[in-house]
Amino acid sequence: MAETKMRKFMNDPANVVKESLAGLAAAHPNLLRYDSAAQIVVRKDAPKQGKVALISGGGSGHEPLHGGFVGLGMLDAACPGEVFTSPVPDQMLAATKAVDGGAGVVHIVKNYTGDVMNFKMAAEDAADDGIKVSAIVIDDDVAVQDSLYTAGRRGVGATVLAEKIAGAAAESGADLTTVSDTVKRVNERARSFGVALSSCIPPAAGKPIFDLPEGEIELGIGIHGEPGRRRAQLGSAAEVVDVMVEAVMSDLKPSRGSQVLAFVNGMGGTPLIELYLLYAEVDRKLRAAGVEPVRNLIGDYITSLEMAGASLTVLHLDDDLLRLWDAPVHTPGLRWGA
Amino acid sequence: MPIEQALNGATVISWMREIESSVRAQRDYLTQLDSAIGDGDHGTNVTRGFASVVEALNGEKDAPPGRLLILAGRTLVSTVGGASGPLWGSALRSGGRVLGDSPTFDGQQLVEVLAAALASIKELGAAAPGDKTMVDALEPAVDKLRGEVAAGAQPAAALASAAAAAEAGMEATVPLQARKGRASYLGERSIGHQDPGATSTALILRALERAVAASS
Repeated sequence: MAETKMRKFMNDPANVVKESLAGLAAAHPNLLRYDSAAQIVVRKDAPKQGKVALISGGGSGHEPLHGGFVGLGMLDAACPGEVFTSPVPDQMLAATKAVDGGAGVVHIVKNYTGDVMNFKMAAEDAADDGIKVSAIVIDDDVAVQDSLYTAGRRGVGATVLAEKIAGAAAESGADLTTVSDTVKRVNERARSFGVALSSCIPPAAGKPIFDLPEGEIELGIGIHGEPGRRRAQLGSAAEVVDVMVEAVMSDLKPSRGSQVLAFVNGMGGTPLIELYLLYAEVDRKLRAAGVEPVRNLIGDYITSLEMAGASLTVLHLDDDLLRLWDAPVHTPGLRWGA
Repeated sequence: MPIEQALNGATVISWMREIESSVRAQRDYLTQLDSAIGDGDHGTNVTRGFASVVEALNGEKDAPPGRLLILAGRTLVSTVGGASGPLWGSALRSGGRVLGDSPTFDGQQLVEVLAAALASIKELGAAAPGDKTMVDALEPAVDKLRGEVAAGAQPAAALASAAAAAEAGMEATVPLQARKGRASYLGERSIGHQDPGATSTALILRALERAVAASS
Protein backbone atom coordinates (compact mmCIF):
# COMPACT_ATOMS: atom_id res chain seq x y z
CA MET A 1 0.00 0.00 0.00
CA ALA A 2 1.40 3.36 -0.99
CA GLU A 3 2.21 5.96 1.63
CA THR A 4 -0.44 8.65 1.42
CA LYS A 5 0.19 10.64 4.59
CA MET A 6 2.06 13.92 4.32
CA ARG A 7 5.14 14.08 6.55
CA LYS A 8 7.05 17.24 5.88
CA PHE A 9 9.15 19.70 7.84
CA MET A 10 7.16 22.90 7.56
CA ASN A 11 5.49 25.62 9.57
CA ASP A 12 2.64 26.47 7.23
CA PRO A 13 2.03 24.91 3.80
CA ALA A 14 1.42 28.39 2.38
CA ASN A 15 4.91 29.59 3.41
CA VAL A 16 7.09 26.66 2.37
CA VAL A 17 8.62 28.41 -0.65
CA LYS A 18 9.34 31.72 1.08
CA GLU A 19 10.77 30.12 4.21
CA SER A 20 12.99 27.80 2.18
CA LEU A 21 14.34 30.72 0.14
CA ALA A 22 15.06 32.60 3.37
CA GLY A 23 17.14 29.58 4.40
CA LEU A 24 18.99 29.54 1.08
CA ALA A 25 19.89 33.20 1.53
CA ALA A 26 20.93 32.69 5.17
CA ALA A 27 23.19 29.82 4.13
CA HIS A 28 24.87 31.54 1.18
CA PRO A 29 25.14 35.28 1.86
CA ASN A 30 28.45 35.34 -0.02
CA LEU A 31 26.76 34.17 -3.23
CA LEU A 32 23.23 35.55 -3.37
CA ARG A 33 20.46 37.54 -1.77
CA TYR A 34 16.74 36.87 -1.54
CA ASP A 35 14.40 39.74 -2.33
CA SER A 36 11.26 38.57 -0.57
CA ALA A 37 9.13 41.47 -1.81
CA ALA A 38 9.84 40.71 -5.46
CA GLN A 39 10.14 36.96 -4.72
CA ILE A 40 13.45 36.57 -6.56
CA VAL A 41 16.92 35.22 -5.78
CA VAL A 42 19.68 37.50 -7.10
CA ARG A 43 23.41 37.00 -7.41
CA LYS A 44 25.14 39.06 -4.74
CA ASP A 45 27.29 41.12 -7.13
CA ALA A 46 24.52 41.74 -9.71
CA PRO A 47 24.24 43.69 -11.89
CA LYS A 48 27.68 43.19 -13.39
CA GLN A 49 28.28 45.97 -15.90
CA GLY A 50 28.95 44.68 -19.39
CA LYS A 51 28.18 41.03 -18.56
CA VAL A 52 25.27 39.24 -20.21
CA ALA A 53 22.95 38.15 -17.40
CA LEU A 54 21.10 34.84 -17.21
CA ILE A 55 17.85 34.32 -15.40
CA SER A 56 15.63 31.33 -15.11
CA GLY A 57 12.63 30.39 -13.08
CA GLY A 58 9.76 28.05 -12.74
CA GLY A 59 7.69 26.34 -10.14
CA SER A 60 9.38 25.44 -6.87
CA GLY A 61 9.86 21.84 -5.75
CA HIS A 62 12.79 21.18 -8.11
CA GLU A 63 15.56 22.28 -5.72
CA PRO A 64 18.40 23.01 -6.12
CA LEU A 65 17.02 24.25 -9.48
CA HIS A 66 16.83 27.27 -9.93
CA GLY A 67 17.71 29.31 -6.81
CA GLY A 68 20.55 26.93 -5.94
CA PHE A 69 22.21 27.68 -9.26
CA VAL A 70 22.56 31.42 -8.69
CA GLY A 71 26.18 32.49 -8.36
CA LEU A 72 29.49 32.66 -10.17
CA GLY A 73 29.45 31.07 -13.62
CA MET A 74 25.78 30.15 -13.65
CA LEU A 75 22.58 32.18 -13.08
CA ASP A 76 22.36 35.86 -12.15
CA ALA A 77 18.82 35.49 -10.81
CA ALA A 78 16.10 32.93 -10.28
CA CYS A 79 12.32 33.41 -10.08
CA PRO A 80 10.72 30.72 -7.94
CA GLY A 81 6.97 30.21 -8.29
CA GLU A 82 4.74 28.33 -5.90
CA VAL A 83 5.36 24.58 -5.80
CA PHE A 84 5.00 23.26 -9.38
CA THR A 85 3.45 26.56 -10.50
CA SER A 86 5.08 28.98 -12.90
CA PRO A 87 6.15 32.28 -11.37
CA VAL A 88 4.36 35.45 -12.46
CA PRO A 89 5.65 38.02 -15.00
CA ASP A 90 6.27 40.59 -12.23
CA GLN A 91 8.99 38.31 -10.82
CA MET A 92 10.76 37.84 -14.15
CA LEU A 93 10.58 41.57 -14.83
CA ALA A 94 12.00 42.44 -11.40
CA ALA A 95 14.78 39.86 -11.87
CA THR A 96 15.57 41.13 -15.36
CA LYS A 97 15.89 44.70 -14.09
CA ALA A 98 17.95 43.62 -11.07
CA VAL A 99 20.60 41.83 -13.16
CA ASP A 100 20.79 43.82 -16.40
CA GLY A 101 24.31 45.17 -16.74
CA GLY A 102 23.63 46.75 -20.11
CA ALA A 103 24.68 43.73 -22.18
CA GLY A 104 21.28 42.09 -22.26
CA VAL A 105 19.50 39.32 -20.36
CA VAL A 106 18.93 35.71 -21.39
CA HIS A 107 15.77 34.04 -20.12
CA ILE A 108 16.13 30.26 -19.85
CA VAL A 109 12.57 28.93 -20.01
CA LYS A 110 11.53 25.32 -19.49
CA ASN A 111 8.87 24.32 -21.98
CA TYR A 112 5.68 24.30 -19.95
CA THR A 113 2.59 26.19 -21.07
CA GLY A 114 2.53 28.43 -17.99
CA ASP A 115 6.25 29.16 -17.89
CA VAL A 116 6.32 30.08 -21.57
CA MET A 117 3.31 32.42 -21.25
CA ASN A 118 4.52 34.17 -18.11
CA PHE A 119 8.07 34.63 -19.43
CA LYS A 120 6.68 35.96 -22.72
CA MET A 121 4.67 38.62 -20.88
CA ALA A 122 7.73 39.57 -18.81
CA ALA A 123 9.97 39.80 -21.90
CA GLU A 124 7.48 42.18 -23.53
CA ASP A 125 7.46 44.36 -20.40
CA ALA A 126 11.27 44.33 -20.23
CA ALA A 127 11.50 45.35 -23.90
CA ASP A 128 9.17 48.26 -23.10
CA ASP A 129 11.71 49.30 -20.45
CA GLY A 130 14.52 49.19 -23.02
CA ILE A 131 16.19 45.98 -21.82
CA LYS A 132 17.40 43.51 -24.46
CA VAL A 133 15.98 40.09 -23.63
CA SER A 134 16.60 36.85 -25.46
CA ALA A 135 14.35 33.98 -24.34
CA ILE A 136 15.36 30.39 -25.08
CA VAL A 137 12.99 27.51 -24.43
CA ILE A 138 14.44 24.21 -23.22
CA ASP A 139 12.63 21.08 -24.44
CA ASP A 140 14.79 17.99 -24.05
CA ASP A 141 12.36 15.35 -22.74
CA VAL A 142 12.03 12.58 -25.31
CA ALA A 143 9.15 10.98 -23.39
CA VAL A 144 6.85 13.58 -24.94
CA GLN A 145 6.37 13.55 -28.68
CA ASP A 146 6.90 16.97 -30.18
CA SER A 147 3.78 17.22 -32.28
CA LEU A 148 0.67 19.24 -32.89
CA TYR A 149 -1.06 17.01 -30.38
CA THR A 150 0.97 17.96 -27.31
CA ALA A 151 2.35 21.11 -25.70
CA GLY A 152 5.72 19.91 -27.04
CA ARG A 153 8.61 18.31 -25.22
CA ARG A 154 9.11 19.30 -21.60
CA GLY A 155 12.21 21.06 -20.37
CA VAL A 156 13.99 18.86 -17.83
CA GLY A 157 17.64 17.87 -17.18
CA ALA A 158 19.15 19.88 -20.03
CA THR A 159 18.10 23.01 -18.12
CA VAL A 160 20.80 22.38 -15.49
CA LEU A 161 23.45 21.80 -18.16
CA ALA A 162 22.36 24.88 -20.14
CA GLU A 163 22.49 27.09 -17.04
CA LYS A 164 26.01 25.87 -16.22
CA ILE A 165 27.42 26.03 -19.74
CA ALA A 166 25.82 29.30 -20.86
CA GLY A 167 26.64 30.78 -17.44
CA ALA A 168 30.30 30.05 -18.11
CA ALA A 169 30.04 31.66 -21.54
CA ALA A 170 28.53 34.80 -20.02
CA GLU A 171 31.17 34.86 -17.29
CA SER A 172 33.91 34.78 -19.96
CA GLY A 173 32.49 37.91 -21.58
CA ALA A 174 30.49 36.43 -24.48
CA ASP A 175 27.85 38.71 -25.98
CA LEU A 176 24.06 38.24 -25.88
CA THR A 177 23.86 36.40 -29.20
CA THR A 178 26.66 34.01 -28.27
CA VAL A 179 25.22 33.25 -24.83
CA SER A 180 21.72 32.63 -26.29
CA ASP A 181 23.21 30.44 -29.02
CA THR A 182 25.04 28.46 -26.34
CA VAL A 183 21.77 27.78 -24.52
CA LYS A 184 20.22 26.72 -27.83
CA ARG A 185 23.12 24.47 -28.69
CA VAL A 186 22.96 22.67 -25.33
CA ASN A 187 19.23 22.18 -25.82
CA GLU A 188 19.67 20.85 -29.36
CA ARG A 189 22.41 18.44 -28.30
CA ALA A 190 20.78 17.07 -25.12
CA ARG A 191 17.99 14.54 -24.57
CA SER A 192 16.41 13.26 -21.36
CA PHE A 193 14.11 10.53 -20.09
CA GLY A 194 12.77 10.07 -16.54
CA VAL A 195 11.28 7.24 -14.50
CA ALA A 196 9.54 7.17 -11.13
CA LEU A 197 9.04 4.64 -8.35
CA SER A 198 6.69 6.90 -6.38
CA SER A 199 4.72 10.11 -6.70
CA CYS A 200 5.28 13.10 -4.46
CA ILE A 201 3.12 15.28 -2.22
CA PRO A 202 2.82 19.01 -3.00
CA PRO A 203 2.56 20.74 0.41
CA ALA A 204 -0.59 22.68 -0.48
CA ALA A 205 -2.37 19.55 -1.77
CA GLY A 206 -1.32 17.30 1.12
CA LYS A 207 -1.84 14.18 -0.97
CA PRO A 208 0.29 12.32 -3.51
CA ILE A 209 -0.43 13.22 -7.14
CA PHE A 210 -0.79 9.56 -8.05
CA ASP A 211 -0.55 6.12 -6.45
CA LEU A 212 1.86 3.63 -7.90
CA PRO A 213 1.08 0.03 -6.97
CA GLU A 214 3.95 -2.00 -5.56
CA GLY A 215 6.16 -3.56 -8.18
CA GLU A 216 5.36 -1.00 -10.85
CA ILE A 217 7.25 1.88 -12.43
CA GLU A 218 6.15 5.01 -14.27
CA LEU A 219 8.09 5.50 -17.49
CA GLY A 220 8.47 8.90 -19.13
CA ILE A 221 7.73 11.14 -16.15
CA GLY A 222 8.35 14.88 -16.00
CA ILE A 223 9.36 16.88 -12.94
CA HIS A 224 5.96 17.74 -11.48
CA GLY A 225 5.02 14.49 -9.81
CA GLU A 226 2.76 13.76 -12.72
CA PRO A 227 2.30 10.23 -14.02
CA GLY A 228 4.39 9.18 -17.00
CA ARG A 229 3.58 8.10 -20.51
CA ARG A 230 3.03 4.53 -19.41
CA ARG A 231 3.20 2.24 -16.43
CA ALA A 232 5.10 -1.05 -16.47
CA GLN A 233 6.27 -3.82 -14.18
CA LEU A 234 9.42 -2.73 -12.38
CA GLY A 235 12.35 -4.73 -13.74
CA SER A 236 16.01 -4.77 -12.70
CA ALA A 237 18.08 -1.59 -12.76
CA ALA A 238 19.78 -2.91 -15.90
CA GLU A 239 16.41 -3.27 -17.62
CA VAL A 240 15.26 0.19 -16.53
CA VAL A 241 18.49 1.77 -17.80
CA ASP A 242 18.06 -0.11 -21.09
CA VAL A 243 14.76 1.74 -21.57
CA MET A 244 16.27 5.10 -20.59
CA VAL A 245 19.39 4.82 -22.74
CA GLU A 246 17.43 3.52 -25.71
CA ALA A 247 14.90 6.37 -25.46
CA VAL A 248 17.60 9.02 -25.25
CA MET A 249 20.10 7.62 -27.76
CA SER A 250 17.60 6.70 -30.45
CA ASP A 251 16.53 10.34 -30.50
CA LEU A 252 19.92 12.02 -30.03
CA LYS A 253 21.73 9.76 -32.53
CA PRO A 254 25.29 10.90 -31.81
CA SER A 255 27.89 9.57 -34.24
CA ARG A 256 30.12 6.73 -33.05
CA GLY A 257 33.11 7.97 -31.10
CA SER A 258 31.28 11.09 -29.86
CA GLN A 259 32.10 12.48 -26.47
CA VAL A 260 29.11 12.90 -24.19
CA LEU A 261 28.20 14.16 -20.75
CA ALA A 262 26.01 11.67 -18.88
CA PHE A 263 23.78 13.20 -16.22
CA VAL A 264 22.04 10.80 -13.84
CA ASN A 265 19.65 12.95 -11.86
CA GLY A 266 17.79 11.95 -8.71
CA MET A 267 14.17 13.07 -8.40
CA GLY A 268 14.51 13.79 -4.66
CA GLY A 269 13.63 10.48 -3.02
CA THR A 270 16.23 8.13 -4.48
CA PRO A 271 19.51 7.76 -2.56
CA LEU A 272 22.94 8.23 -4.10
CA ILE A 273 23.71 4.53 -3.71
CA GLU A 274 21.02 3.79 -6.31
CA LEU A 275 22.00 6.70 -8.55
CA TYR A 276 25.58 5.42 -8.75
CA LEU A 277 24.29 1.92 -9.40
CA LEU A 278 22.28 3.38 -12.28
CA TYR A 279 25.35 5.28 -13.47
CA ALA A 280 27.35 2.03 -13.69
CA GLU A 281 24.72 0.71 -16.10
CA VAL A 282 24.54 4.00 -18.01
CA ASP A 283 28.31 4.23 -18.42
CA ARG A 284 28.55 0.64 -19.69
CA LYS A 285 25.61 0.96 -22.08
CA LEU A 286 26.79 4.28 -23.52
CA ARG A 287 30.23 2.81 -24.22
CA ALA A 288 28.57 -0.22 -25.78
CA ALA A 289 26.56 2.17 -27.96
CA GLY A 290 29.85 3.65 -29.23
CA VAL A 291 30.01 6.94 -27.33
CA GLU A 292 32.38 8.00 -24.60
CA PRO A 293 31.02 9.55 -21.39
CA VAL A 294 33.93 11.90 -20.73
CA ARG A 295 32.02 13.94 -18.14
CA ASN A 296 29.21 13.09 -15.78
CA LEU A 297 26.98 14.62 -13.17
CA ILE A 298 25.30 12.41 -10.58
CA GLY A 299 22.95 13.54 -7.84
CA ASP A 300 19.79 15.52 -7.08
CA TYR A 301 19.86 18.62 -9.31
CA ILE A 302 16.36 18.95 -10.81
CA THR A 303 13.97 17.22 -8.48
CA SER A 304 10.29 16.61 -8.01
CA LEU A 305 9.96 17.10 -4.24
CA GLU A 306 10.39 13.67 -2.59
CA MET A 307 9.60 11.59 -5.65
CA ALA A 308 11.61 8.38 -5.88
CA GLY A 309 12.99 8.15 -9.37
CA ALA A 310 15.71 9.24 -11.71
CA SER A 311 16.25 10.82 -15.08
CA LEU A 312 19.03 10.40 -17.61
CA THR A 313 20.25 13.30 -19.71
CA VAL A 314 22.89 12.79 -22.39
CA LEU A 315 24.60 15.86 -23.83
CA HIS A 316 26.58 15.47 -27.04
CA LEU A 317 29.69 17.52 -26.27
CA ASP A 318 32.01 19.46 -28.53
CA ASP A 319 35.27 21.20 -27.56
CA ASP A 320 33.53 24.46 -26.80
CA LEU A 321 30.83 22.90 -24.60
CA LEU A 322 33.43 20.78 -22.81
CA ARG A 323 35.59 23.81 -22.04
CA LEU A 324 32.58 25.77 -20.74
CA TRP A 325 31.43 22.79 -18.64
CA ASP A 326 34.88 22.62 -17.01
CA ALA A 327 35.00 26.38 -16.31
CA PRO A 328 34.78 27.47 -12.66
CA VAL A 329 31.37 27.57 -11.02
CA HIS A 330 30.38 28.53 -7.49
CA THR A 331 26.71 28.25 -6.58
CA PRO A 332 24.92 26.57 -3.67
CA GLY A 333 24.11 23.56 -5.84
CA LEU A 334 27.17 23.20 -8.06
CA ARG A 335 30.76 24.12 -7.34
CA TRP A 336 34.17 23.42 -8.83
CA GLY A 337 37.28 25.35 -9.78
CA ALA A 338 36.27 28.38 -7.70
CA MET B 1 -41.55 44.83 -23.25
CA PRO B 2 -39.31 44.45 -20.21
CA ILE B 3 -36.74 47.15 -19.58
CA GLU B 4 -33.19 45.95 -20.23
CA GLN B 5 -31.41 45.65 -16.90
CA ALA B 6 -28.38 47.87 -16.42
CA LEU B 7 -25.17 46.10 -15.57
CA ASN B 8 -22.37 48.09 -13.99
CA GLY B 9 -19.26 48.05 -11.83
CA ALA B 10 -21.15 46.49 -8.94
CA THR B 11 -22.04 43.57 -11.24
CA VAL B 12 -18.34 42.99 -11.97
CA ILE B 13 -17.42 43.12 -8.29
CA SER B 14 -20.23 40.74 -7.47
CA TRP B 15 -19.09 38.41 -10.30
CA MET B 16 -15.57 38.26 -8.87
CA ARG B 17 -16.92 37.57 -5.35
CA GLU B 18 -19.15 34.81 -6.69
CA ILE B 19 -16.18 33.26 -8.50
CA GLU B 20 -14.03 33.46 -5.38
CA SER B 21 -16.56 31.71 -3.16
CA SER B 22 -17.30 29.14 -5.83
CA VAL B 23 -13.67 28.13 -6.57
CA ARG B 24 -12.89 28.15 -2.86
CA ALA B 25 -15.79 25.75 -2.23
CA GLN B 26 -14.64 23.56 -5.14
CA ARG B 27 -10.93 23.92 -4.45
CA ASP B 28 -10.28 20.31 -3.51
CA TYR B 29 -12.40 19.03 -6.40
CA LEU B 30 -10.45 21.15 -8.91
CA THR B 31 -7.16 20.00 -7.41
CA GLN B 32 -8.32 16.39 -7.57
CA LEU B 33 -9.20 16.76 -11.27
CA ASP B 34 -5.82 18.38 -11.87
CA SER B 35 -3.96 15.64 -10.00
CA ALA B 36 -5.36 13.07 -12.41
CA ILE B 37 -4.01 14.71 -15.56
CA GLY B 38 -1.95 17.69 -14.47
CA ASP B 39 0.10 18.59 -11.44
CA GLY B 40 -2.49 19.10 -8.76
CA ASP B 41 -2.36 22.83 -8.26
CA HIS B 42 -5.36 24.23 -10.14
CA GLY B 43 -7.71 24.59 -7.15
CA THR B 44 -5.04 26.25 -5.04
CA ASN B 45 -4.00 28.62 -7.83
CA VAL B 46 -7.41 29.91 -8.88
CA THR B 47 -8.49 30.25 -5.25
CA ARG B 48 -5.39 32.34 -4.47
CA GLY B 49 -5.91 34.41 -7.63
CA PHE B 50 -9.56 35.29 -7.18
CA ALA B 51 -9.07 36.01 -3.47
CA SER B 52 -6.48 38.61 -4.58
CA VAL B 53 -8.92 39.96 -7.17
CA VAL B 54 -11.66 40.45 -4.58
CA GLU B 55 -9.17 42.26 -2.36
CA ALA B 56 -7.93 44.45 -5.24
CA LEU B 57 -11.48 45.42 -6.20
CA ASN B 58 -12.43 46.39 -2.66
CA GLY B 59 -12.85 50.11 -2.47
CA GLU B 60 -13.09 50.46 -6.26
CA LYS B 61 -16.88 50.56 -6.24
CA ASP B 62 -17.14 53.72 -8.32
CA ALA B 63 -14.80 52.60 -11.09
CA PRO B 64 -16.36 51.79 -14.47
CA PRO B 65 -16.90 48.05 -15.12
CA GLY B 66 -14.33 47.91 -17.93
CA ARG B 67 -11.65 49.32 -15.62
CA LEU B 68 -12.59 46.78 -12.93
CA LEU B 69 -12.24 43.89 -15.38
CA ILE B 70 -8.82 45.16 -16.45
CA LEU B 71 -7.73 45.46 -12.81
CA ALA B 72 -9.05 41.97 -12.10
CA GLY B 73 -7.13 40.60 -15.09
CA ARG B 74 -3.94 42.34 -14.11
CA THR B 75 -4.27 40.98 -10.58
CA LEU B 76 -4.68 37.43 -11.86
CA VAL B 77 -1.57 37.74 -14.05
CA SER B 78 0.41 39.03 -11.05
CA THR B 79 -0.74 36.49 -8.49
CA VAL B 80 -1.68 33.16 -10.06
CA GLY B 81 1.22 32.00 -12.20
CA GLY B 82 0.90 28.71 -14.03
CA ALA B 83 -1.14 28.81 -17.21
CA SER B 84 -4.49 29.82 -15.74
CA GLY B 85 -3.13 33.16 -14.45
CA PRO B 86 -2.03 34.54 -17.83
CA LEU B 87 -5.02 32.96 -19.63
CA TRP B 88 -7.82 34.27 -17.40
CA GLY B 89 -5.80 37.43 -16.73
CA SER B 90 -5.54 38.41 -20.37
CA ALA B 91 -9.12 37.25 -20.96
CA LEU B 92 -10.51 39.68 -18.37
CA ARG B 93 -8.25 42.48 -19.59
CA SER B 94 -9.40 41.99 -23.18
CA GLY B 95 -13.01 41.87 -22.01
CA GLY B 96 -12.55 45.03 -19.97
CA ARG B 97 -11.06 46.92 -22.91
CA VAL B 98 -14.27 46.28 -24.87
CA LEU B 99 -16.20 48.37 -22.33
CA GLY B 100 -13.81 51.31 -22.20
CA ASP B 101 -14.97 53.83 -19.61
CA SER B 102 -18.68 53.20 -20.07
CA PRO B 103 -20.45 53.27 -16.67
CA THR B 104 -22.91 50.53 -17.63
CA PHE B 105 -23.21 47.71 -20.12
CA ASP B 106 -26.05 45.70 -21.62
CA GLY B 107 -26.54 42.12 -22.79
CA GLN B 108 -25.03 42.76 -26.21
CA GLN B 109 -21.93 44.32 -24.68
CA LEU B 110 -21.66 41.36 -22.33
CA VAL B 111 -21.56 39.09 -25.38
CA GLU B 112 -18.72 41.22 -26.77
CA VAL B 113 -16.83 41.11 -23.45
CA LEU B 114 -16.95 37.31 -23.31
CA ALA B 115 -16.16 36.97 -27.01
CA ALA B 116 -13.04 39.12 -26.52
CA ALA B 117 -12.09 37.01 -23.50
CA LEU B 118 -12.47 33.82 -25.55
CA ALA B 119 -10.43 35.23 -28.44
CA SER B 120 -7.66 36.21 -26.04
CA ILE B 121 -7.53 32.73 -24.46
CA LYS B 122 -7.48 31.03 -27.85
CA GLU B 123 -4.71 33.27 -29.06
CA LEU B 124 -2.45 33.05 -25.99
CA GLY B 125 -3.03 29.34 -25.44
CA ALA B 126 -3.08 28.48 -29.15
CA ALA B 127 -5.95 26.18 -28.26
CA ALA B 128 -8.85 25.10 -30.44
CA PRO B 129 -12.12 23.41 -29.48
CA GLY B 130 -11.53 19.72 -28.81
CA ASP B 131 -8.06 20.21 -27.33
CA LYS B 132 -9.46 19.47 -23.83
CA THR B 133 -8.99 22.95 -22.39
CA MET B 134 -11.05 25.81 -20.98
CA VAL B 135 -11.95 26.71 -24.57
CA ASP B 136 -14.22 23.64 -24.64
CA ALA B 137 -16.38 25.21 -21.93
CA LEU B 138 -16.06 28.87 -22.86
CA GLU B 139 -16.69 28.71 -26.60
CA PRO B 140 -20.11 26.98 -26.42
CA ALA B 141 -21.08 29.37 -23.62
CA VAL B 142 -20.22 32.43 -25.71
CA ASP B 143 -22.07 30.99 -28.74
CA LYS B 144 -25.15 30.27 -26.62
CA LEU B 145 -25.08 33.68 -24.98
CA ARG B 146 -24.80 35.42 -28.35
CA GLY B 147 -27.74 33.47 -29.77
CA GLU B 148 -29.99 34.03 -26.76
CA VAL B 149 -29.26 37.76 -26.54
CA ALA B 150 -29.85 38.14 -30.29
CA ALA B 151 -33.20 36.40 -29.78
CA GLY B 152 -34.13 39.02 -27.19
CA ALA B 153 -33.44 37.17 -23.93
CA GLN B 154 -32.64 39.13 -20.79
CA PRO B 155 -28.95 38.83 -19.73
CA ALA B 156 -29.67 36.69 -16.65
CA ALA B 157 -31.77 34.21 -18.60
CA ALA B 158 -29.29 34.12 -21.46
CA LEU B 159 -26.47 33.50 -18.98
CA ALA B 160 -28.37 30.59 -17.43
CA SER B 161 -28.37 28.91 -20.84
CA ALA B 162 -24.74 29.91 -21.46
CA ALA B 163 -23.62 28.44 -18.12
CA ALA B 164 -25.46 25.21 -18.96
CA ALA B 165 -23.64 25.14 -22.31
CA ALA B 166 -20.33 25.61 -20.47
CA GLU B 167 -21.17 22.69 -18.20
CA ALA B 168 -22.07 20.49 -21.16
CA GLY B 169 -18.78 21.49 -22.81
CA MET B 170 -16.94 20.72 -19.58
CA GLU B 171 -18.49 17.24 -19.38
CA ALA B 172 -17.69 16.66 -23.02
CA THR B 173 -13.96 17.02 -22.24
CA VAL B 174 -13.99 13.64 -20.44
CA PRO B 175 -13.51 11.41 -23.51
CA LEU B 176 -11.08 13.81 -25.22
CA GLN B 177 -7.33 13.33 -25.48
CA ALA B 178 -5.54 16.49 -24.32
CA ARG B 179 -3.56 18.36 -26.95
CA LYS B 180 -2.54 21.40 -24.93
CA GLY B 181 -1.10 22.05 -21.50
CA ARG B 182 0.35 19.57 -19.08
CA ALA B 183 -2.36 16.98 -19.63
CA SER B 184 -1.10 16.55 -23.20
CA TYR B 185 2.06 14.87 -21.85
CA LEU B 186 -0.11 11.94 -20.83
CA GLY B 187 -1.23 11.21 -24.37
CA GLU B 188 -4.00 8.62 -24.32
CA ARG B 189 -3.87 8.45 -20.53
CA SER B 190 -5.60 11.85 -20.46
CA ILE B 191 -8.74 10.24 -21.89
CA GLY B 192 -11.50 9.59 -19.34
CA HIS B 193 -10.75 12.60 -17.13
CA GLN B 194 -12.61 15.90 -16.99
CA ASP B 195 -10.44 18.92 -17.77
CA PRO B 196 -9.86 21.07 -14.65
CA GLY B 197 -9.60 24.31 -16.68
CA ALA B 198 -12.93 23.64 -18.39
CA THR B 199 -14.38 22.90 -14.95
CA SER B 200 -13.28 26.19 -13.38
CA THR B 201 -14.48 27.96 -16.53
CA ALA B 202 -17.96 26.51 -16.02
CA LEU B 203 -17.87 27.72 -12.40
CA ILE B 204 -16.89 31.20 -13.63
CA LEU B 205 -19.90 31.26 -16.02
CA ARG B 206 -22.30 30.14 -13.26
CA ALA B 207 -20.87 32.84 -11.01
CA LEU B 208 -21.57 35.43 -13.72
CA GLU B 209 -25.15 34.22 -14.01
CA ARG B 210 -25.66 34.67 -10.25
CA ALA B 211 -24.04 38.12 -10.26
CA VAL B 212 -26.19 39.34 -13.15
CA ALA B 213 -29.38 37.83 -11.72
CA ALA B 214 -28.70 39.66 -8.45
CA SER B 215 -28.20 42.94 -10.35
CA SER B 216 -31.68 42.85 -11.84
